[in-house]
Amino acid sequence: MTHVVGRDHGLELLRQMLRIRRFEEKCAELYSGGKIRGFLHLYIGEEAVAVGAIPCFTSEDAIVGTYREHGHAIIRGTPMGPLMAELYGKANGCARGRGGSMHFFDAARRFYGGLAIVGGGLPVAVGLALADHMQQRRRVTACIFGDGAVAEGEFHESLNLAALWKLPVLFLCENNLYAMGTALGRHQSQTDIARKADAYAIPAEAVNGMDVLAVESATRKAVDFVRAGHGPYLLEYRTYRFRAHSMYDAELYRTKDEVAQWKQRDPIALFQQQLRDEGFFTDADLDNMETAIATEIAEAVSCAEMGPWEPLEDLTKDVYTPAKPAG
Amino acid sequence: MAEFVMPTLGSDMTEGTLVEWKKKVGDRVVKGEIFAEVDTEKAAIEIESFHTGVVEQLLTKPGERVPVGRVMAIIREEGTQAPPTIQAAASPLPLQRISPKAPVSSLHPAPPQIAAPDTEPGRRRISPAARKLAGELGMDPAFVQGTGPGGAITLEDIQRNAQTRRQQPSTPPAFAGETGDRQTKMRQTIAAAMARSKREIPHYYLSTTIDLGRAMTWLQEENLTRPVADRLLYGVLLIKAVALALRQVPELNALWKENTAVQSPGIHVGVAISLRQGGLIAPAIHDTDKQSLGELMSRFQDIVKRARTGTLRSSELSDPTITVTSLGEQGVETVFGVIYPPQVALIGFGKVVERPWVIGKQVVSRPVVTASLSADHRATDGHRGGVFLSAVDRLLQEPGQL
Amino acid sequence: MAKITYREAVRAGLREALQNNPRVFLMGEDVGKYGGTYACSKGLLDEFGPERIRDTPLSESTFVGAGIGAALGGMRPIVEVMTVNFSLLALDQIVNNAATIRHMSGGQFSIPLIVRMATGAGRQVAAQHSHSLEGWYAHIPGITVLAPATVTDARGMLLAALQEPDPVFIFEHAYLYPLEGELDESGLPVDLTLAAIRRAGTDISLITFGGSLWKALEAADQLAHEGISAEVVDLRILRPLDISTVLTSVRKTHRAVVIDEGWRTGSFAAEVSAQIMEGAFYDLDGPVGRVCSVEVPIPYPKHLEDAALPQPEKILQAVHSLMGR
Repeated sequence: MTHVVGRDHGLELLRQMLRIRRFEEKCAELYSGGKIRGFLHLYIGEEAVAVGAIPCFTSEDAIVGTYREHGHAIIRGTPMGPLMAELYGKANGCARGRGGSMHFFDAARRFYGGLAIVGGGLPVAVGLALADHMQQRRRVTACIFGDGAVAEGEFHESLNLAALWKLPVLFLCENNLYAMGTALGRHQSQTDIARKADAYAIPAEAVNGMDVLAVESATRKAVDFVRAGHGPYLLEYRTYRFRAHSMYDAELYRTKDEVAQWKQRDPIALFQQQLRDEGFFTDADLDNMETAIATEIAEAVSCAEMGPWEPLEDLTKDVYTPAKPAG
Repeated sequence: MAEFVMPTLGSDMTEGTLVEWKKKVGDRVVKGEIFAEVDTEKAAIEIESFHTGVVEQLLTKPGERVPVGRVMAIIREEGTQAPPTIQAAASPLPLQRISPKAPVSSLHPAPPQIAAPDTEPGRRRISPAARKLAGELGMDPAFVQGTGPGGAITLEDIQRNAQTRRQQPSTPPAFAGETGDRQTKMRQTIAAAMARSKREIPHYYLSTTIDLGRAMTWLQEENLTRPVADRLLYGVLLIKAVALALRQVPELNALWKENTAVQSPGIHVGVAISLRQGGLIAPAIHDTDKQSLGELMSRFQDIVKRARTGTLRSSELSDPTITVTSLGEQGVETVFGVIYPPQVALIGFGKVVERPWVIGKQVVSRPVVTASLSADHRATDGHRGGVFLSAVDRLLQEPGQL
Repeated sequence: MAKITYREAVRAGLREALQNNPRVFLMGEDVGKYGGTYACSKGLLDEFGPERIRDTPLSESTFVGAGIGAALGGMRPIVEVMTVNFSLLALDQIVNNAATIRHMSGGQFSIPLIVRMATGAGRQVAAQHSHSLEGWYAHIPGITVLAPATVTDARGMLLAALQEPDPVFIFEHAYLYPLEGELDESGLPVDLTLAAIRRAGTDISLITFGGSLWKALEAADQLAHEGISAEVVDLRILRPLDISTVLTSVRKTHRAVVIDEGWRTGSFAAEVSAQIMEGAFYDLDGPVGRVCSVEVPIPYPKHLEDAALPQPEKILQAVHSLMGR
């Protein structure tokens, strides 16, 4: 296990993981009560990945996410209020409420979704990197996808093109072992995803995705590599989702024992223990942290509750860019 | 107190059946703990509690079907380290089938865009069906009050108007009236039309004998591939050949109006049908040239049946652009027909007979038919008529193309 | 007649197909262990085993293409593409291979393939998961496109499709899965040539298919209270389209409104409308009306989604405007 670099940094990592978890626990509750509708895919169990990885990118860099992107948006810095409002479908949401859970967008933070067709974000990320490359900007594009996407042609085509053109894109595979309900070993002939990058001459590394420090150090190294102009890089974060794929899922495809075993590796519980062991952390710290997060979430819920619905007149607004006013 | 409700797990879930409670009254339940198992239509799913406390009441029994949103249990909450209370977050969530309160003005969706088409100034708005009926009734729609959208004249307007007119004395339209004098009326109508034809139309007559050998052979083979009910009669080949030939000589597919022949946009061949009780009628098979042989066959059978039961549509009586008559069954060899005005041509077919026929240098026996054309000399000349007959002949030599 | 859900009807059809023909197999994403996203194949893995109930990777282009190949090779595949949204990844295989090979090979090869997928909006799953693209598929010659709207069709069309020698695409509106209906077993397998009159009427023809059928029937109920007798035509088969049933209805009622969840421009409703114009223009007592989706990616919030989609109230408005009421 990696050592924590300083108390403040350690507490901050813990706090961020807790923010995601508590936020999403609230989401589950709100969903059951009918406040949040549609599909809801929770990230609970995988928090160490977003918390370790996302801060390694600068505000100039771009993030392309999937339908399980709540955690990434929270860590990227979008306030919880607009995120919760988005989940409610309110007009003060981060995408005017039009996308909901699967489609967070935040241009100010170069957060490009929230793209919810498996594999669909990879080519887009390659294109963002191409634009940076052609304009000689030393930016990196973070391209997040799951193990399920690795089966899509777009994964292979994107890796090839990015390597061929030496584009500054960092492929971040969140391998939670299930493509919806299909286990990795039942959808991949080669289950070592990092090795797939070999075929495209892309350097790659598999990382313990339940260890926030391991994620952080591996990602920092990879971002440096890409930013230096050496072309793409692939990281495979080995992680696990504790909750069902989406809310309406009986989880017939995995055993409770398996889930229980993985919960022994809960990134939050483990890291909390590590901080205690190093003497950085007390019960009072935890109470303060939880209270502050609970307040933040309550305010986000309030923001969503009080937010306005987008008026029907605006239904077709932004299907196209509005014409410039005459004169 | 907190309520535990039947959760919604997806937009397509409307109810669930309680399989079992994982806690009993008096048990402590912790937020996030599994509290109940619920069977939905898709699968049995474990449901967590979103509250920590003691189970106060279980309101639902295992096996009960519960709609989404109904309270199933009451949990007495413990004093937890609750965040500063914000009403919306702390109160139990009533299930809301979201019906957001949008500004009142926006609640009504935009009306569907069935824009009434713009009409040129001065042009009456009238529906196609209304226009057609008015034409059939000889009614000038200019005098009809329109009650449809934008003042358009509808079918109902014409019908209402016709009703009113009928109550006033007027000449009865052809084919109307009681069955008793129906035949008399029909005879009168035919008499008037034929007299007018012979009086006004300078007829010319052409005929040609056509080898039907290929057509008959093709027909036999084709019929082998068809269910008995769908078999073709050779007559439909003749009708189709006439319709296609008219595409080449459209002058014959015309109506004589106000001293000039007006070519018809559609080819609607009228088929002369003799009625059992006497008399004759020649209803149109619409768009004859566009029908497949199978369609023509079924249309033909249908129209004959309806002609004999008196259930033809008015459009079928008013729309023919040319008439085909076949008197082969009566043993007739050549037809010298009288044109039905305002049409400008009539085609007659006689009996199909085996005749000696010269092919190459050999005399062989072939089935042949005599096709004759009666045409209005005001509209066409014999030359075009000849072109037409030879087109019919040529078409019948390629029966597979019909 | 038994009352079952649409989902159960699909499952019953699949089970029967698998029982009756050893060459039938089902493949698709999460059809096995998960039981199908919409639980249509729940229990089939246990009953028929993993050789015949095959979970695939998320590789739509490849597993649809493999379905084509397996059909060419003598199997009778049923491919489930989870939703029409994901079928976009398989369009090349569908348009360039499934639809063309028979004709392009001069009739030497045929592809007895069934592809099933969920379609449609109305469940608040936002723009990328709410497409209604069966009208697109109906554009393509070489395939048959079915849109079962009742439990009898859900089961019976699958069985009938198994008797077709060429590719058949079945679009199941996701909103229909939990709906219950009477299964008419006497008519199975159903015929695949005719549209159906779901409600007879004399004043106006409401022409629709799939998930919109129930909205049209609801509107027809309402119209009956107003003294307007609406005839509801369920097209059932989008390709080849049974236009004669439509024309017969329109010739009787003289008015038509076509309801289609696809976007208005280039919609299937546009095709139906054009064919009515071609075949029954002189029988029309007003322009053909259309109730389609508003031209916008389908938004997540319920009030906006509802406003974007055809609804019974919009059908009423269209009828009223057509009848000048």
